[in-house]
Amino acid sequence: MKPIIKVEGLGKQYRVGTRSPQFATLRDSISAAVRKPLAALRANGDTEVFWALRDVDFEVEPGEVVGVIGRNGAGKSTLLKLLSRITEPTTGRAELYGRVASLLEVGTGFHPELTGRENVFLNGAILGMRKAEIERKFDEIIAFAEIEKFIDTPVKRYSSGMYVRLAFAVAAHLEPEILIIDEVLAVGDMQFQKRCLGKMNEVAKSGRTVLFVSHNMRAVAQLCGHCIWIDSGQLMSRGLANEVVVEYLSSVQPETMDGLITEEMHEHEAPELSFRRVELLDENAHSTAISYFGDPLRFRVEFEVLKPLTQARLGLVIQKFDETVVCAVQHTDAALDLLNLQPGRYVANIQVDVPLIPGPYYIALFAKPHGGYWTSPDRSLDYIPHALAFNVEEVSAQGETVLPTNALVYPVSRWTVEGFNHH
Amino acid sequence: MAINNNAGAITTKRNAVASNQVVPSDLPDKPVVVIERRALAPDLKELWAYRELLYFFMWRDVKVRYKQTALGVLWVVLQPLLMMLIFAFIFGRVAGVKSDGVGYPLFAYAGLIAWTFFSHAVTASANSVVNSAGLITKVYFPRIIVPVAAVGATMMDFAISFIPLALMMIFWKVRITPYLLLLPIFIIIVVTLALGVGMFMAALNVKYRDVGLALPFMLQLWFFASPIIYPLSLFQGKLRWLLALNPMAGIIDGFRVSLYGYKSFDWPAIGFAAVIAIIFLVFAMYRFKRVERNFADLI
Repeated sequence: MKPIIKVEGLGKQYRVGTRSPQFATLRDSISAAVRKPLAALRANGDTEVFWALRDVDFEVEPGEVVGVIGRNGAGKSTLLKLLSRITEPTTGRAELYGRVASLLEVGTGFHPELTGRENVFLNGAILGMRKAEIERKFDEIIAFAEIEKFIDTPVKRYSSGMYVRLAFAVAAHLEPEILIIDEVLAVGDMQFQKRCLGKMNEVAKSGRTVLFVSHNMRAVAQLCGHCIWIDSGQLMSRGLANEVVVEYLSSVQPETMDGLITEEMHEHEAPELSFRRVELLDENAHSTAISYFGDPLRFRVEFEVLKPLTQARLGLVIQKFDETVVCAVQHTDAALDLLNLQPGRYVANIQVDVPLIPGPYYIALFAKPHGGYWTSPDRSLDYIPHALAFNVEEVSAQGETVLPTNALVYPVSRWTVEGFNHH
Repeated sequence: MAINNNAGAITTKRNAVASNQVVPSDLPDKPVVVIERRALAPDLKELWAYRELLYFFMWRDVKVRYKQTALGVLWVVLQPLLMMLIFAFIFGRVAGVKSDGVGYPLFAYAGLIAWTFFSHAVTASANSVVNSAGLITKVYFPRIIVPVAAVGATMMDFAISFIPLALMMIFWKVRITPYLLLLPIFIIIVVTLALGVGMFMAALNVKYRDVGLALPFMLQLWFFASPIIYPLSLFQGKLRWLLALNPMAGIIDGFRVSLYGYKSFDWPAIGFAAVIAIIFLVFAMYRFKRVERNFADLI
């Protein structure tokens, strides 16, 4: 079939330094111009260039819903920015055989001083809708957002939930042939997120072509038929979503095999308490990436306390590869206190008895200053969203057991069945 | 039912989804959008296609500007009026500046509203692109709309500032002459010049934030170099010739003459201003287009 998106040799180059928003001043330019003759003498390749995306080729057929995955900084956002024409490519070209709308965030162009009604029109126009089109869909948008009562209130008085609902409602009523979406679903309360996913599903089924960038492997697996995996600005793989997702996740694994927690693995800076290493141990206390079904999971976590802490709460979250949370455990589960921690290195040994269904998993590590649970929104001391990946494998000797793959755990259960005869 | 691996289960589910899809088969022969390094020529056809967005941006600017001000639109009227009073006192009374036979308040006010429009339009459009960073990094539209809309929104204020002018003309019983029919010409020239200067500054501002700091100072100098609060006839010889190089001189003079008809038009000065304004606008459009491709990366 004829493709609706045709990308040929697409590339985007940044000069290092211009990529981040630096304030250049006239003075800098003038002084650079004075030094230029010298710089030209010194070396030709002095300015470092960086290819955010290089020689990317792919085609998307009409009606396909394609997920774009990859690590942070792999070039996903650059690809989206190029396809939504926010920035120009350095090389190559892309042809789109249909009207495009891109949603890199919800509520682009919303003005706090304007009312909900006014913002619907403004935002709709920014996203490429005609005025007549917005008028036609207006009631539907308001109903979807559930803000009928506040439609003539300035949006600065909206709760963040209302704001996001209205913004998403406008976006959801776009009718382009090609829709480019960047993780806009990661907003709003759970219930609204569900409705957004529902709406996305509807869009996906309506025959529209969708490019969907996400870190949420579960959303990708649920929504997308196909998947593109980008790493270091290059196309690594393109195929069925579940295959590419597994391929991607297994590539992430070796990096964390040695258990060292590198700087970029931290969600934010951790000046007080910082995780250093995490390992999964086999029964001989050797580091491993494989656990056998039914065996207890033994983790060894090293962390460093950098400033004296009166209290800390440590924990780990076990997640399936698609980000479904299996369980979370904390040191307080063992009736243990961590009080008055002095600077230094610490080692925690954790054993979790959870019979995980065979498959790929990973763990997240968190440290909270005091009572906070891992999902609580207060500040954390440190948080490593992808600390360690491991596989749970089936023990062949177990033979008989057939494990249900749509479950997360296969717990030990104790049964008694008694019989009563009809007499 | 026992399924042996998880991936299999997902595939089954997805196939069910795929069979529901209605795949459109009638794709256009030519691509609707081609993404590549674009040409430098301003794409006027595309600008036309986005005219509704241009309208919405202007509408937003006008709406937002007075939403949280107590006096609202009155500010538009008050600013040049107060300036006029100050200058009327200093120059008209104290310094006794001659104003070519028109009453000084009338003389100054006409110049002031034309200048206020120009300076506000240039300032607004110079800052417009930087202020729209949130939009520019998230959604595509021809960037040139942004500075154009900023000038457009300022035209609203310009129109309102004609109300006190009309009242003053009635109060001082100014006789309207056929010259008034030429007023739109001067409005067009001043808008053209404001578009050119504003667009150029907007493009420069993305890379060099110095513009935001230098512009008020530059406009202040330009204000005193233009015959707004004094007539050009105040100066003779070389200095006058030098002042006439300023396109605003011809514009303000023509603007005033068409309102009050107190002397004949200085056509060479007006023609010069018009040519400069057009040349500058074309130059600024090319300049803007050149810098535009990097806006999202620089801003």
